Amino acid sequence: MRLVSAILIGAVSLAGQAPEPAGDVERGKTLYVKNGCADCHGLEGQGAPTSGPRIGPNPLPLEAFIKYIRAPKNQMPPYTEKVMSDQELTDVRAFLAARAKPAPATVLPQ
Amino acid sequence: MVDVIKSLGVPYVCGNPGSSFRGLQESIVTYGGNEQPEFLTCLHEESAVAMAHGYAKIEGKPLIVLAHGTVGLQHASMAIYNAWCDRVPVYIILGNTLDAIMRYPGVEWVHSVQDAAAMVRDYVKWDDTPISLQHFAESAVRAYKVSMTPWAGPVVLVADAELQERPIPDHGQLRVPKLTLAAPPQADSGAVAELARFLVDAASPVLIADRAARSQAGMERLVELAELVQAAVVSTLPNTMPPIGPGRMNFPSRHPLNQTLRSAAAIADGDVVVGLEIANFFGATNTYRDQIERSSRAATKTGAKLVTISAGELSSKANYQDFQRYSEVDLALAGDVEATLPALIEAVKRLITDDRKRAFAARGVRLADASRAARERARTDATYAWDAVPISTARLAAEVWAQVRQEDWSLVNGALSGWAQRLWNFEKYYQYIGVSGGSGIGYGAPAAVGAALANRRYGRLSISLQNDGDLMYAPGVLWTAAHYKIPILFVMNNNRAYHEEVMHLQRMASRRERGIERAHIGNVINDPAIDFAKLAQSLGVHAEGPIANPGDLAPAISRAIAIVKSGEPALIDVIMQPR
Repeated sequence: MRLVSAILIGAVSLAGQAPEPAGDVERGKTLYVKNGCADCHGLEGQGAPTSGPRIGPNPLPLEAFIKYIRAPKNQMPPYTEKVMSDQELTDVRAFLAARAKPAPATVLPQ
Repeated sequence: MVDVIKSLGVPYVCGNPGSSFRGLQESIVTYGGNEQPEFLTCLHEESAVAMAHGYAKIEGKPLIVLAHGTVGLQHASMAIYNAWCDRVPVYIILGNTLDAIMRYPGVEWVHSVQDAAAMVRDYVKWDDTPISLQHFAESAVRAYKVSMTPWAGPVVLVADAELQERPIPDHGQLRVPKLTLAAPPQADSGAVAELARFLVDAASPVLIADRAARSQAGMERLVELAELVQAAVVSTLPNTMPPIGPGRMNFPSRHPLNQTLRSAAAIADGDVVVGLEIANFFGATNTYRDQIERSSRAATKTGAKLVTISAGELSSKANYQDFQRYSEVDLALAGDVEATLPALIEAVKRLITDDRKRAFAARGVRLADASRAARERARTDATYAWDAVPISTARLAAEVWAQVRQEDWSLVNGALSGWAQRLWNFEKYYQYIGVSGGSGIGYGAPAAVGAALANRRYGRLSISLQNDGDLMYAPGVLWTAAHYKIPILFVMNNNRAYHEEVMHLQRMASRRERGIERAHIGNVINDPAIDFAKLAQSLGVHAEGPIANPGDLAPAISRAIAIVKSGEPALIDVIMQPR
């Protein structure tokens, strides 16, 4: 009985954590470019001061990521479900999360 | 006419040859000895005006542009509009044949016009069509004076072909009038005292400077004012939405009071916000969203006092809307900022008490901490996508900076998405000349060459971070740079598109829920990709590229700088990220 309870608690605990569905990085890359994300945020999601902020390699959690893209603040145009599905946004987020870490600050001249 | 022009001390005449000013051109190059002024062959009138535009932003004085009254002016008109919006003096002389009986049948009729300056009258400060040589002399001197009086701006003088070509009947009766420039207007002393009181009493004053400084002295005065009251300063950040103070170099980029990299927070915190010759004060003090319903809201705190100082209060025109949205302010000073700053500084000094000094010092520490943190964030952001292919705008800005920072450099065009302003150390007025004013594409390359022409006599290293779309408007200016050995380093920001326009199409497509796969149609410059190295080489400019690997940048930049330091232009074509 004690063992069964432990298993159930574990399942509840896992469900409570709601692991994010894995996106497809390669498909995300294609979607990221095709849907024009790169035109403001750069091909690596690195952002640019004059067009859009950095969004990789540490994008928002998936739920917040999708919520923001459906109703963005500031100048970003909204992307409705008709234009990009939740699954497509999941793939885009996976692509962004897979981007390279930054170079050490020492690469920059003073 | 040449005697009068020589009296103005203009070193160069930029022009593309035309029959309507053949008399004047022949006199400049022969009677005048082609010195002071020297005729510079330009391959497009737009390039000629933009060269004069860039030159004036370094030297503070106009060059002369010669053009046909019809087709030449039509080619030049957009560049004139840029100079108008940027408040820069450019002196344009138009050839025209007024007397119909004297016109050669055919093309000369097509190239003649009743009122030559009419086409650009909405965006020049003054124009005239003299009908005698003495009339020309007086109007020529007046035109120079008008162009230089703040607001500075372009002027047009029409030189009738018959007046240019007929023998001079009464040479002894003619005289060259004396030129006396007008002292710039200083704002009303009572208003200056009131503004001084605002600044001294403020908890967090903010100075937003756009075309405030006209010289190094102007920049130093702004530093003095800011340091007196430890005010936050926002300035010189092009291409933001909306642009904030991109017009001139007003304030050292790494000064502890420079809050440009956190401009929104600084402006939101201000209880006294002062716009210093800022074109778009409404945009700086309000946020504006370009969504399905366009909307705006105040970016300043409730009750903040808004103040402007502008010479623009003294002259207004109606048709072209460069005056921007009406700003509701608490105090508006009509006057030139640079001329008003000394009186304002003295008025502030008279009001400062020891208590206020202590408050200022505490504020200064907070602002220094905030600007240091903002700069560190910007440097961290620059290290992302460091090794990306195509090359990131931050990487290119950093690679160029690494090799020019020990030189006496001058950034005469471009910003690389604002990274140059974030990573480079701007300290001198001539180190940045601002943007075009009218946002007419095609300004960048010729304005850079004009500014480099001015920088040549000081031995400065001129740098143009050159957008591909801009260069393709009139790439012939590269030939002018090569022909006259104007040293300048062009580094191509070649992203093979008009990316701002891509973004507009995306906005429309998203708004209509159509998907945006087709937003690139009409906006990309690819297939075939332009080979800018070959283009530049064909025009006599040392060039290499395209460079796609970031590791290849440093040696290429080094080789190009060596060419520039030998006195010639050089270009590096770099394949870049969209942004």
